[in-house]
Amino acid sequence: MDVLNALALITNFVLVPAIAYGAQLSLGALGVTLIFGILRFANFSHGEMMSWGAMSTILATWWMQAQGIGIAPFPTALLALPIGIASTILMALAANRFVFRFYHRQHSNPIVFAIVSVGVMFVLAGLIRIIIGPDDQTFTDGARFIFTAGDFRQVTGLREGIALKQTQVLTVVVAVAVMAALFWFLQKTRAGKAMRAYSDDEDLALLSGVDPDRVVMIAWIITATLAAIAGTLYGLDKTYKPFIFLQILLPIFAATILGGIGQPVGAILGGFVVAFSEVMVTYAFKKFLGYLGPEDWAPEGLVQLLSTEYKFAVSFIILVAVLLIRPTGIIRGKVI
Amino acid sequence: MTRKLFLFGAMALLLIFVGFYQSWNVALGIVNLCLISSIMALGVNMQWGYAGLFNVGIMGFTALGGLTAVLVSMPPVDAAWAAGGTDILLAALSLAATVVAIIVARRLTPRTMRLPVTIVLMIAGYFLISEFFVPAARQIEAVDSAQTGYLGGMGLPIVLAWPLGGLVAAGAAWFIGKIALGLRADYLAIATLGISEIIIAVIKYEEWLTRGVKNVTGLPRPVPYEVVLVQQPWFIGLADWLDAPDLSDLAGLFVKLCYAALFLLVLAIVMWFAERALRSPWGRMMRAIRDNREAAAAMGKDVTGRHLQVFVLGCATCGIAGAMLTTLDGQLTPTSYIPLRFTFLIWVMVILGGSGNNWGAVLGGFVIWFLWVEAEPLGNWFMQTITLPMADDSFLSQHLVAGAAYTRYLLMGAILLLVMRFAPKGLIPERH
Repeated sequence: MDVLNALALITNFVLVPAIAYGAQLSLGALGVTLIFGILRFANFSHGEMMSWGAMSTILATWWMQAQGIGIAPFPTALLALPIGIASTILMALAANRFVFRFYHRQHSNPIVFAIVSVGVMFVLAGLIRIIIGPDDQTFTDGARFIFTAGDFRQVTGLREGIALKQTQVLTVVVAVAVMAALFWFLQKTRAGKAMRAYSDDEDLALLSGVDPDRVVMIAWIITATLAAIAGTLYGLDKTYKPFIFLQILLPIFAATILGGIGQPVGAILGGFVVAFSEVMVTYAFKKFLGYLGPEDWAPEGLVQLLSTEYKFAVSFIILVAVLLIRPTGIIRGKVI
Repeated sequence: MTRKLFLFGAMALLLIFVGFYQSWNVALGIVNLCLISSIMALGVNMQWGYAGLFNVGIMGFTALGGLTAVLVSMPPVDAAWAAGGTDILLAALSLAATVVAIIVARRLTPRTMRLPVTIVLMIAGYFLISEFFVPAARQIEAVDSAQTGYLGGMGLPIVLAWPLGGLVAAGAAWFIGKIALGLRADYLAIATLGISEIIIAVIKYEEWLTRGVKNVTGLPRPVPYEVVLVQQPWFIGLADWLDAPDLSDLAGLFVKLCYAALFLLVLAIVMWFAERALRSPWGRMMRAIRDNREAAAAMGKDVTGRHLQVFVLGCATCGIAGAMLTTLDGQLTPTSYIPLRFTFLIWVMVILGGSGNNWGAVLGGFVIWFLWVEAEPLGNWFMQTITLPMADDSFLSQHLVAGAAYTRYLLMGAILLLVMRFAPKGLIPERH
């Protein structure tokens, strides 16, 4: 029996990575759910929007690094993030102005919107690959660890160590700050209230004098901000790969539906549920159970439900389960 | 009618133009993939054009067709079957037993107990299956892993894989359709996106079945090999009669022509069925459901049932095309399946061609595949032109030229957006 070692092990390999990943997914799902709530369609271009934000931040980071600007020990990317956000907002507003506004005024079918968002996705994917190329990019600088597994072992005297990467802490801190700001905005400001009213009942909101174009514009600005932050944090934590952002769309959609479409709180909950499920289902519990059992005891096999390759399958299984059992999501979404 | 003739004629002229200015080899290569793309586009058109279903999992059904081509045509690996065959069969039996047990138990238990009983049976089944499966997979993958490391196929003619690929895809479609078709339309899109990613993951990582990322190469061909052809007296005679300058060039062309003839035959059959279906009472009912679901339901039409039917048919068509594509490539490369190419590009074909019109889908398949291939030289030319004023070794100029290949994404996005905005009915609009 060695409960502390077991706890350290699970913290290091499950808890910490899942929290960081969950925060990134939540930020992505918040953007998707906002567009779902206001414009009522599944935005397939959201992944590339995140990619665009991350790319802009990377370019700004490189420029700053070349100028010798930095905020060591923090990554320079943090300083470059506002530029990435601004660039993503410009891109989203352009997409709204030249593409989505037309269909919104026509009251088009949600599927038409979704198809059009595929067009935006293609254009963004092309631009990104022309600008930064199709290869992986690493742009982390600054201190890598807050403390390493070795430090932790030395201080506590345990056999298992916990390492905490700076990017993981940053992800969580930034995500919490952004979410707090978003909820303050939605609850307290006039524009936020107008947005909620519009999302709840479009006709009633219009009668009360809410300007639909403005609501949609604000929704895109917030979505773009969230996308740029989520994309950058994801890229910082792992590496930036242009092709990964189409794949990450699936867990994000799963989180959105799981939480209840159009529900910001649900998106956050959904993001963490998906992240924890992905990490836990693909984690091999052999060593963990070994610590909990009697001396020198270990279960046969890895005690792993699914091999790590099937990470994305987990989000799909969650999705199917939700669709079957409770299609409205954890927090009852507005649309079925 | 004249519009249709004119557009198809223009397309043929473009291909002939490529034949004269690039080479006939390139032109025929494009034609073959155009034919396959057209069949995929017909499948999507059945779902979107007839019934208004938004399926973004084409890639998965295409890949299932490709997998079927391997399982049907590759010779079986006897050593692998000897090493792990029985255990794999036992694992499959356990899987079937688990499914049957769950179904029976759900019938017998009262409502409130159904979920717990299902979960317990699933967990028990999971351990039973992995008991046989895990060691079997390891043993099979260990058999001469550089050459085989998988069970192989049935060693049957590869053309059989085309209809069978359709059947396999239809099975998967039935399953996913059962889950997602009763819900709001967006859910179908997201669920199909999910299942196609999972199918690709399985094909990539289940090495005992597909060799995974090691790729299965050297699939048998339904047409003669070039090296054999150039030795045949009748072929040499044909080359003499045609006064062909290079025998092996001619053999390459001949093989491509054989493929084209086979693909054209399949396209013609699919097209015939698609047109018959669209004009039948069944087709009218489909469009009625598409245009007004509530009204059709009120008239007593089984909307979900009909949707399931058309969903399965469309996916089966994509499965057939997928098996044909793998046959043409002669290999299964799981990493090559990316949704931008195998799902979203097919969608651009259908939208551009004219959703709801089968001829439109075929034309879209030709036009978009043609542009997809020719966008690269066009992009190169464009980038070379705009970088002409810059110094040859400048960073920007080199960067732009290197990125030329990706202008094709831009082009496809622009086409989709422009068509959706200014000509939502497409090149050949649906007739009413």
